[in-house]
Amino acid sequence: MQAAADKKVLLEVEHLKQYFPVKTDSLFKPKAYVQAVDDISFKLYEGETLSIVGESGCGKSTTGRAILRLDEPTDGKVYYSGTDILGLNKKDMRKLRGDLQVIFQDPFASLNPRQTVKQILNEAMAIQEVVEKSKRMDRMQELLGYVGLPQEALDRYPHEFSGGQRQRIGIARALAVNPKLIICDEAVSALDVSVQAQVLNLLKKLQKQFGLTFLFISHDLSVVRHISDRVMVMYLGKVVEIADKKDLFDTPLHPYTRALLSSIPVPNPELKRERIILKGDVPSPINPPKGCRFHTRCPFATEKCKTEEPALRELDTNHMVSCHYAENFK
Amino acid sequence: MMTENNKPILEVKGLKTHFFTKRGVSKAVDGIDFSLHKGETLGIVGESGCGKSITSLSILRLIPSPPGKIAGGQVLFKGKDLVTMSEDEMRRVRGNEISMIFQEPMTSLNPVLPVGEQIAEALRMHQNMGRKAAWEKSVEMLKLVGIPSPEKRAKQEPFQLSGGMRQRVMIAMALACTPEVLIADEPTTALDVTIQAQILELIKDLQNRLGMGVIMITHDLGVVAETCDTVAVMYAGNIIEHAPTEKIFANPRHPYTQGLLDSLPKIHEDQEELQTIEGSVPSPYNMPAGCRFASRCPHQQPICHEKQPELIEQNDGVKVRCWMYTDQWTAKMVKEEAVK
Repeated sequence: MQAAADKKVLLEVEHLKQYFPVKTDSLFKPKAYVQAVDDISFKLYEGETLSIVGESGCGKSTTGRAILRLDEPTDGKVYYSGTDILGLNKKDMRKLRGDLQVIFQDPFASLNPRQTVKQILNEAMAIQEVVEKSKRMDRMQELLGYVGLPQEALDRYPHEFSGGQRQRIGIARALAVNPKLIICDEAVSALDVSVQAQVLNLLKKLQKQFGLTFLFISHDLSVVRHISDRVMVMYLGKVVEIADKKDLFDTPLHPYTRALLSSIPVPNPELKRERIILKGDVPSPINPPKGCRFHTRCPFATEKCKTEEPALRELDTNHMVSCHYAENFK
Repeated sequence: MMTENNKPILEVKGLKTHFFTKRGVSKAVDGIDFSLHKGETLGIVGESGCGKSITSLSILRLIPSPPGKIAGGQVLFKGKDLVTMSEDEMRRVRGNEISMIFQEPMTSLNPVLPVGEQIAEALRMHQNMGRKAAWEKSVEMLKLVGIPSPEKRAKQEPFQLSGGMRQRVMIAMALACTPEVLIADEPTTALDVTIQAQILELIKDLQNRLGMGVIMITHDLGVVAETCDTVAVMYAGNIIEHAPTEKIFANPRHPYTQGLLDSLPKIHEDQEELQTIEGSVPSPYNMPAGCRFASRCPHQQPICHEKQPELIEQNDGVKVRCWMYTDQWTAKMVKEEAVK
C-alpha cells in the first residue's frame, strides 16, 4: 500500500447514520429506533479492497445498503467521486448505479428464477444503456468468459446451476455495466470452502483486470485477511478500528478486535493460542450502552468507559482506533 | 482423549442410507464405518451434500421415510442394533441416551412453550420425574450451560432469547438426561465467532465433567482442529479418510483432504492465490463405478475409474480410501517408472 496522500478517494462516507423505527408498546411512549449504523465515517480509495467485518447486527450490511441507497440513510453524507449521492434525484441515481454494483450473499434469492442468464445480463445492460443492442450478444459471451462459465449457460435458468456457478452469474451481471465499485455483501459466505476459493480467486483476478474497487462485507476473518488491503471493524453500529490489513491482524489495538481475532478457530491443532472469551451477548442496538459501546463485555473497562464515548483517533499511520486505552495494547 | 482399553460405546458398521425418489435412488450415505469411545470427540467433516448430516440423522433414525431408508448396515449402541430396534425402544434411546443438538435452535425449539417447560418435558418423559422436580432440574440445567438468571429465563419463550442463548437452551435440553452420546450437527454455524467460542468451550467443559462421547458434525475445519480427537472426512457418501486430528492436519493423505485444506484462506499467512479443487461432486443419483473423487483427482490413474478403493488402515493408524496407498499402486508406479 502506498501512503494515503497520493491515492484517489473514490468514496467518502461522512457521519452516516441509519436508524430504523421499531414498534413501541404504547402510543404514548417515545418512539424507539434501532441504531443500526450510528455516525460512521470512512474513505474508500480507488482500486483497493476495504473489508467491513463484525458480528451479526453490527451494521456492516446496513452500511453497504445505505451507500447504495437501498435503504435511505437517516443522516450523513456519501460522496462518490466528489458528488453527494444522497442528494441525487431518482434519475441521476439510476445512472450512477451503473458505477456502483452489488453482489449479495444468496445468489439464488438475488437472481430472477424465471429469467435465463441471457435475460438477466441483457436487462442489466438495457437499463444502464452501456452496450448497443447489436453488440450485446458478443458482450454477454465475453462476460461469461471472464467469470468462467460455458457459453451454453446463456439459455439456462438459475436453478440449473450450482451455488458457486450462480455466484458467478451474479458477478457477471455486476460486471455487465462496467462498474467502478462493487459492494460484496457476504458474497462467498454461503459457499463450500473449495468453491469459495474459486470465487475469491475470480474476484481478485477481475479486480486486477478491470481496476475495480471492492467494499467487501464479511464476517469471516480468514476470507477478509485473504482479500483485503484495509479492514474496518464494526461493533454495534460504530467503527472500532480501521487499519491496513497487516497492522490489523498483527497488532490489533481495540480489545474487541483482539477478542474477535482470538475467537476464530484455526485449522491447525498444533497451534495453541491464548483465547480471549468474551462474556455475554451483544447488547441491543435499540438501547445501546452509554459511553463506549463495548464496555459491557470488555475485560479492561473502567469507569471512564461507562460514561465517555471514545472518539475514533489515528494512533499510527493509517491505523484508527476508538478506545481510551488503545496505547496499552501496542 | 482416546481410551483404547474399553469397548466403543457407539459403532457404525457399513451404514447405508438411500433416498428412493422419482429421479432414482440417491445414495446419500453409502457404506460408512466408524466407532466412538466414551469421552472421545469425533469430527465428521465434508462439504454440503457429502452425507454428514444424513449420517447423524440415521444414527437416531430421524430420516424422513419415505423417501429415505436405511438400506443396510448396523448402528451398535452398547451392543444393541439401533437400526432394527422397535420404535418404542428407539424412543427411549433418543434424547435420553443419545442426544442431538441442531444447527438452527429457532426451528428446533417449540416457539410457543417456555424453554424451561421444554427441558422439563424431556425429563418427565425419560426419567419419570414429577412436575416440580423436573422444573427444578431444568432450571439447574440452564444454570449449568451458563444462562444468567435461569429462573427468569426458564419462563421465557424462545423468541425472547438471543441466538447464543437459544443454542445454550438446546444444549441444556440435550444434556438434561445425561446422555452417553451427544451428536452436535453444526452446533455453532449459525452463531457469531465470539459466541461460537463460548459454546465450543461449554461443550468441551461439559464433556469433561459428564464423560460423554461427542460426534461433532461441521464444515468448519477450524472448529474440528480445536475440538476433535479424531476426524472422519466424508466425500459423496463415503468416509475417505479417518485419522487422529493432528495427523490429518499435519499430513493429509487423501487428495481430497489435501485439496480441502489447501483451499482454506489462511489467517496467519498471506498468499496471492488460493488452491482450488477442479470439477464438482458427482450426483448422488449417478455415482461413478470407481473412486468418487477420481474425476477431480490430480493423481488419477485408470484403476481409479474402474474400481472403488476400500478404507484401509495404514501402519500409523490413519485410515484412507485411496488407491495411492495400496500395494497395487506402488507396484504399478514402479513399473511405469521402469518403462520411462
